[in-house]
Amino acid sequence: MKNKTSVVPREGEAQPSRCPDNSAFKQQRLPAWKPQLTIGSVLSSFFLTGAFCLTVGVCLVLSANSVREVQIDYSDKCSNCSKLRENSSNWNKECHCSINFTLKEDILGDVFMYYGLQNFYQNHRRYVKSRSDAQLLGRNVNIQRSYCAPFSTYRNGTPMAPCGAIANSMFNDTIDLFYNYNSSVIQVPLLKTGNSWWTDKNVKFRNPESSNLSAAFAGTARPPYWQKPAYLLDEEDERNNGYVNDDFIVWMRVSAFATFRNLYRRLRRVRRFAEGLPAGNYTFRISYNFPVTKFKGRKHVILSTVVWSGGSNPFLGIAYLVSGTAATLAGFVITAIHLKLRKKKTYFQKQ
Amino acid sequence: KRDLSQKSQGNAIKTYKYNPITFLPLNLFEQFKRAANFYFLVLLILQAIPEISTLSWYTTLVPLLLVLGITAVKDLVDDIARHRMDNEVNNRTCDVIKDGRFVSTKWKDIKVGDVVRLKKNTFVPADILLLSSSEPNSLCYVETAELDGETNLKFKMALEVTHRHLQEESALADFDGLVECEEPNNRLDKFTGMLSWRDSLYPLDADKILLRGCKIRNTDFCHGMVIFAGADTKIMRNSGRTRFKRTKIDSLMNYMVYTVTWGFGMALCALQIIVVLILLSAGLAIGHTYWEQQIGNSSWYLYDAQDSSPAYRGFLTFWGYIIVLNTMVPISLYVSVEVIRFGQSYFINWDLQMYYPEKDTAAKARTTTLNEQLGQIQYIFSDKTGTLTQNIMTFKKCCINGQRYGKLCKGGGGGGILIPAGGQVHTSSLSSNGKFLFYDHYLIEQIKAGKEPEIQKFFFLLAICHTVMADTSDGQLHYQAASPDEGALVTAARNFGYVFLSRTQNTITISEMGVQRTYDVLAILDFNSDRKRMSVIVRESGGHIRLYCKGADTVIYERLHPIGLVLSNLSNVFANETLRTLCLCYRDISQDEFEVWNKKFLEASLATSHRDEALDKVYEEIEKNLILLGATAIEDKLQDGVPETISRLSKADIKIWVLTGDKKETAENIGFSCELLTEDTAICYGEDTRQVKKKKKKKLKLKFPRTAEEKKKQSEKRRRAEAYKEQQQKNFVDLACECRAVICCRVTPKQKAMVVELVKKYKKAITLAIGDGANDVNMIKTAHIGVGISGQEGMQAVMSSDYSFGQFRYLQRLLLVHGRWSYIRMCKFLRYFFYKNFAFTLVHIWYSFFNGFSAQTAYEDWFITVYNVLYSSLPVLLVGLFDQDVSDKLSLRFPRLYVLGQRDLLFNYKKFFLSLLHGAVTSLIIFFIPYGAYLVSMGQDGEGPADYQSFAVTAASSLIFVVNFQIGLDTSYWTFVNAFSVFGSIALYFGLTFDFHSAGIHVLFPSVFQFTGAAPNALRQPYLWLTMILTIAICLLPVVAQRFLSMTIWPSESDKVSEIWYLGECGRCLFTGAGGGCPCTWQGWDEMGIKVPSNPSHFGIL
Repeated sequence: MKNKTSVVPREGEAQPSRCPDNSAFKQQRLPAWKPQLTIGSVLSSFFLTGAFCLTVGVCLVLSANSVREVQIDYSDKCSNCSKLRENSSNWNKECHCSINFTLKEDILGDVFMYYGLQNFYQNHRRYVKSRSDAQLLGRNVNIQRSYCAPFSTYRNGTPMAPCGAIANSMFNDTIDLFYNYNSSVIQVPLLKTGNSWWTDKNVKFRNPESSNLSAAFAGTARPPYWQKPAYLLDEEDERNNGYVNDDFIVWMRVSAFATFRNLYRRLRRVRRFAEGLPAGNYTFRISYNFPVTKFKGRKHVILSTVVWSGGSNPFLGIAYLVSGTAATLAGFVITAIHLKLRKKKTYFQKQ
Repeated sequence: KRDLSQKSQGNAIKTYKYNPITFLPLNLFEQFKRAANFYFLVLLILQAIPEISTLSWYTTLVPLLLVLGITAVKDLVDDIARHRMDNEVNNRTCDVIKDGRFVSTKWKDIKVGDVVRLKKNTFVPADILLLSSSEPNSLCYVETAELDGETNLKFKMALEVTHRHLQEESALADFDGLVECEEPNNRLDKFTGMLSWRDSLYPLDADKILLRGCKIRNTDFCHGMVIFAGADTKIMRNSGRTRFKRTKIDSLMNYMVYTVTWGFGMALCALQIIVVLILLSAGLAIGHTYWEQQIGNSSWYLYDAQDSSPAYRGFLTFWGYIIVLNTMVPISLYVSVEVIRFGQSYFINWDLQMYYPEKDTAAKARTTTLNEQLGQIQYIFSDKTGTLTQNIMTFKKCCINGQRYGKLCKGGGGGGILIPAGGQVHTSSLSSNGKFLFYDHYLIEQIKAGKEPEIQKFFFLLAICHTVMADTSDGQLHYQAASPDEGALVTAARNFGYVFLSRTQNTITISEMGVQRTYDVLAILDFNSDRKRMSVIVRESGGHIRLYCKGADTVIYERLHPIGLVLSNLSNVFANETLRTLCLCYRDISQDEFEVWNKKFLEASLATSHRDEALDKVYEEIEKNLILLGATAIEDKLQDGVPETISRLSKADIKIWVLTGDKKETAENIGFSCELLTEDTAICYGEDTRQVKKKKKKKLKLKFPRTAEEKKKQSEKRRRAEAYKEQQQKNFVDLACECRAVICCRVTPKQKAMVVELVKKYKKAITLAIGDGANDVNMIKTAHIGVGISGQEGMQAVMSSDYSFGQFRYLQRLLLVHGRWSYIRMCKFLRYFFYKNFAFTLVHIWYSFFNGFSAQTAYEDWFITVYNVLYSSLPVLLVGLFDQDVSDKLSLRFPRLYVLGQRDLLFNYKKFFLSLLHGAVTSLIIFFIPYGAYLVSMGQDGEGPADYQSFAVTAASSLIFVVNFQIGLDTSYWTFVNAFSVFGSIALYFGLTFDFHSAGIHVLFPSVFQFTGAAPNALRQPYLWLTMILTIAICLLPVVAQRFLSMTIWPSESDKVSEIWYLGECGRCLFTGAGGGCPCTWQGWDEMGIKVPSNPSHFGIL
C-alpha cells in the first residue's frame, strides 16, 4: 500500500484506446431473422404436410397396386434336391427340378426375374468385409493382407479368385423360364446382362489384363464352393465373364437385410414376348445348387414388373397415408387448443 | 541465508516447454493426460485389434488427429513465441561493472552480486538491490505492469548511506557490502534482508528491491546490486511459464469449482452415457451369442475357419460394439464447448456497453470457463467502498476539540463557500486546488485568527501524517496518494493553509500558513488493515518529540489517554450521514522514552524473520495514551446507476449481500442510499439473532458472531463446540437467506471469504463476489465467480478475479445479458449435441437386430468419421455462439427472465434424458422408415435397391436433413451465418458423399472407399427421396407441434416477452415509452411477475 502512487504522466507515450469496435458482429447485433412459431405458420405447415402426404400416399398405393408380381418359393418344391444339397459331399452332383405355374392374365411391359433369399445374413459384419476390392479391380494384389480369410488362399498357396466369403457363397442356381404354348415348350428369351449398376460394371469390377481370360486367371484357383472358375462364368459372352459377370456383380453388392431379392434376368421383349408375358402355363427349370435348408433359409423366384416407385412394396404408401392423416388430425387438435386458450393470452387491453 | 560470495546460477531464463526433439512426445503426452483424449486413444487401440475392429481405423483417428493437431499447432505457435521471447530477453544488454568500469553485458551473463547501472525506460534484468539513483532522495520510479498489471508508477528508495556514497563509478566498483537475505520465493511484496557494509547493519525491505520485469521510469539512471538472478527472481518463481502464477492458480481453482458444480454435470452426463454404452454393448453381445447359437453356427456362408464358441464371439462383439457406439460421446464435444466459451468471453470483452470511457477500461473475461455460470447466480456478495461507491473521497466535515465544522448541505453549492485558489486563507500558488468545496465559514475564520492551537495541530497532523508523495511539475504541486482517503485529507490540509511540500527519507517540508518549515521524521509507523492506523514521530521546531496518529475510531479509542478528551458519539453522527471517519490524535514523547523505543524499533526492523509481527508489537508500545484532537469525515459518493442495478438484480431473484468494513450506521445508510433497503423494510440486527430465529422477518442486519465462536473454540469440549458452531453457522445462513438483502458490517477480509464459504456450503447456491480492493481478494477467490472492479485501489482484485470491468453498474449487463445468453446457448448446445449423437449412433443398435448383432454399422465408415466434425457441428457451434432468445434490451427490461438459469431449467437431468430420448426416437424413425421401405422392393429400373450401401446412404441422408433442420428449429436468432452453416452442412454432406462415392477415388484406394456409385444410384430414385421426405416429416412435425403447444399451454417467460414484443403492436408501443398514444393498457402482467411501470419511460435502460 505504501509506495503506490497515482498516475505520473508518461513520457510521450500515446496509449491506443481500449474501446471495443462498434461493429454489429462484436456487439452481437448482426441482422437476424427471429422465427416465431405462430398459429398461422404451424397450422399451414401441418395442413400442407397432411395434404402432401395424403396425395403422395394415394399415388404410391395406386402405383404399387398396379405392379404385377409372381413369387414362387421353391426351397421345398424341389425337396429331393434340397436334401441332396444338405450333404456337402454331393456338391458336384447335378440336380434339376421344374416348377409349373399359370399366369391368368398377361403381364405387360418390362418383366424382371429375381431370385429371393430369406434368412441369409448377407449383412453380417464378418461376411460384409470379406472381400478384396483391389482384386476385383483386376489388380495383382496380395490377398493375404485383405479381409478375405479364410477364403483367400488354398493350403498350397494358390490364391482364390475371387477371394472372400461373399464371392465364395455366390448364388449358383440357374433358373430358366419356359412357356407352354399349345403343348410346345418355348424358352422365354431372357437377358442376363444390364442387370447391374453402371459403376459396378465399369469401375468396380475389371478383369485382370491379359491376352485372354483364362490366362488372366492363371495361377489362381476358384473359390472352394464354386463349381467352375471365374473365367467360365459365362462362356458365351466375353464381356460378361470373369469378374465382370453380371450375376457375380449383383451378388457382390450385399443386401441390407437378411431377406432380399437380387435381379437375375430381364425379359427380352422379342417376338411373342414383345408386349410382356402372355397369359398361360409356364415352367421354371431350376438347376438346384444353392443349399439353404441348413440355415433354415428359403429360396424364391419372382417375376415382377416395375413402376416409377419401384416394386409392389406397399409400406411407403401406407406410411404416407397414415402420416398424412395424423398431420391433418394434429392440425385440427392444435386449432382447437389454440381457440380455447386464445382468450387467456391477452396481456394488454385494447382501449 | 545467502550472501554475495555464494554465486548461484546465471541470469538466463527458460520459459519454453519444448525443443524440436521433445515437442512431439511431450505435447502428445500432455494432451493425452486429458480424460477425453485418453478415452479416444483407448478406442483407437481397441480398433487396432483385428478381432474386434468393427470400424475402420480412420473413423476415430481422423477426428482425433484433427483435435490433437489443432491443439498441437496452438501449443507449437505459443512455444515458438516463447523461444523467441526468451532469446530476445536473454540477449538484452545492460551495464555491469567489470574491472572497475561499466561494460555493456548481455542479460544472460549477469551474475548474482554484479553491480549494474539501469537507464530510464529499460527493464530491470534481475531482482536488484537499489543502491543509488540520479534522483534526489534516492528515489527511483518503476512501473510494474508486467508484474501485477498495475500501470501506475511506484517508487523505490535506496538506503540513504548507499545513495550518498555510491554515486561514482569507482565507488561502485569498490562496493564491498554483504547482503544477507531470505531464500528465493514468490512473494512480490515482501523482502527481508540485511546489508552489512562499513561495519554497520542496515535493514532491507521490499522498498529497496527492484524486481525483474519492472521498468525504470522518470529516473535517468540508477545503480543496484543483483540479489536474485534468473530462475530465482520473484517473477520466475511465480511461474516457470507464464507471468502470473496467481491467476494460473486461480483459474485452476475455478476450474475445479466449475467441475464440481456445472461441468461436473456435463462430465456426469458423459459418464452416464459411457455406462449406457457399456450396458448396451453387453446386451448386444448377449444377443450376438444367442444368435450365433441359433443361426450363425448353421450358416455355412459365414464360415471363418475359427472354431470359436458363441460366447467367445459374443465377447469379441462386446468390444466391437464399444467401438461402434463410441460416437455417443463425441470427440468434438469438449473442443466445441471450449470454442463456445472462448467466443462468449470475447463477446464480453468486446461489449461496448461495458466499456468505461473515463478510465478507458473495457470489460474483460479473465477466465473463459465460467461464462454459463454467470447465468445462474443466486447470491452476490459485494464490497462497498470502491464497488458501490466511487472511492473518490472528498473532505466534508471535521470535528476539532469537540466543535463540529462543516454543514450538512445537500442542496448543491448554494449555501456553501467555495474556497478558491489561494483563497481567503493564505496566498500561495502552491495551495491551489480549484475544486475544493467546504461549507463552513466559521472554521476558516478560526484558522485565520490562529488562536486555537488544537485547530493548528489538527491541520498540521493532516499535513504531516501520511505517506503521500509530492512532486512539482509545471510549477504545480501534485500529490500521489496510495489511498484516496489520504489524498483527500492532505488536499484538505493544503486548502486550509497547511501545505505539504516535499519529503525526503528523513524529513518532511510543509508550509504552515505561508511559513515553510522542515521537520525531522524520526519514524513512520505504517498503515495496514489490521492496525487500521498510522503514525509519524517528528521532532518539532522546539526540539521536543511528538507522535501524530490517525486511524479508525475503534482502534483509536482503545489507545486514548484516560483523561483525554472523548468525542462521545461523534463518529456515529458522521456515520449516519454515510461519511467515513478517521480520528486524529497526538502524544508528546520524552527524549529518553524515544531513545529506548527507537532501539527496539531498529532491532525489529533488522529482524530477518517475522519482521512484520515484531514491528507491529513495537508500534503498539508507543501508540498509547494518545490525546484526541478531533475527527475528519470524508464523503464517498455512490457510483452511477448503483440503485438501478441493485433493484434490477433483486428483481431477477438474485440476493445481494453487502459486506463492508464500515460501522453499522454507515452500512445501514449506504443500504438505504443504494436502495438495497427501503423505507418499508423491516430491519433486524444480528445481535439479536436468537429472538428472530423463529419469526420470519423480511430484513436483517448481522454482526458476524465472531467473538462467540472464538470463545467456544477455546472451550474444552471441542467437538460439541464444533457442532454448536456448525449449528450456529447454519442458523446464520438460514436466517440470512430468509432476508431479501443482507448487510454485514465490520467484517475483515477473511470473514468476507468465510461468509461466502458458508453460503456455498449450506445453500449449494452459485455465488458471485464483486470487489475492487486487496481486501476483497479472499472473497473473490472463494466465490464461484469473482468479479473485480478496476478502480482506485490498484489491480489486486482484478488480478485474482474471473471478470473485471470499470463500474458496478456493468454487473447487470454481465449477468442479465451475457450470463443469461451464455447459459441458454450452452444449454441449447449441450442438449442438441447429445440429441444429435444419439440420433446418429442408436441407428446401429436397431440395425443390429437385423444383422445378427454382428456390429455391422448402419452407415459408411467415412460418414461416421466426418459426421461430428463436418456435417453437424458448425450450425450448433454457431447457435452456441450467437443465439439470442430475446434481445439484450428485453433481458434487461425483464429481469425475471434470468430466473430460468438459477433454477437450472434448461439443462438438468430431466432435460438431458429428454434429449437422449428425443435422439433415440429420431434414430428409430431414421432406421425403421427406410427399413420398411426397403424390405422387398426394387428400383424403378428393376435393380434391387435393397442393398446395404443404398440403405446406408438413405439413412445417412435422412439423418443429415433431420439433424440440420432440427438445429434450424432450435435456432431462435437466424443470422446469415446460421443459414449459411445449416444449408452449407447439408451441401457439404452431399458434396463430400459424392466425392467419396466417385469412381476415381475408388480406383486410387479400392479398400478405403468402397461405396462407389452408391450415392448417385440411390439419390436418383424418387422412391428413396420419398422415403427420406417421410422420415424428415415424421421426425420434425411432432417437434413443431410440441413446441407450439407448450408455448401455448405453458408459455415460458421468454415466450411471453418475445411474443408481446414481436407480435403485439401495442406491447411494443408501451415498451418504447412512446407516451400515452398507445392503443392499449397493461393487463395480466402480475401473473408474469413483472411489475408494471407506472411510467414506462422510467423503465428505460441505462
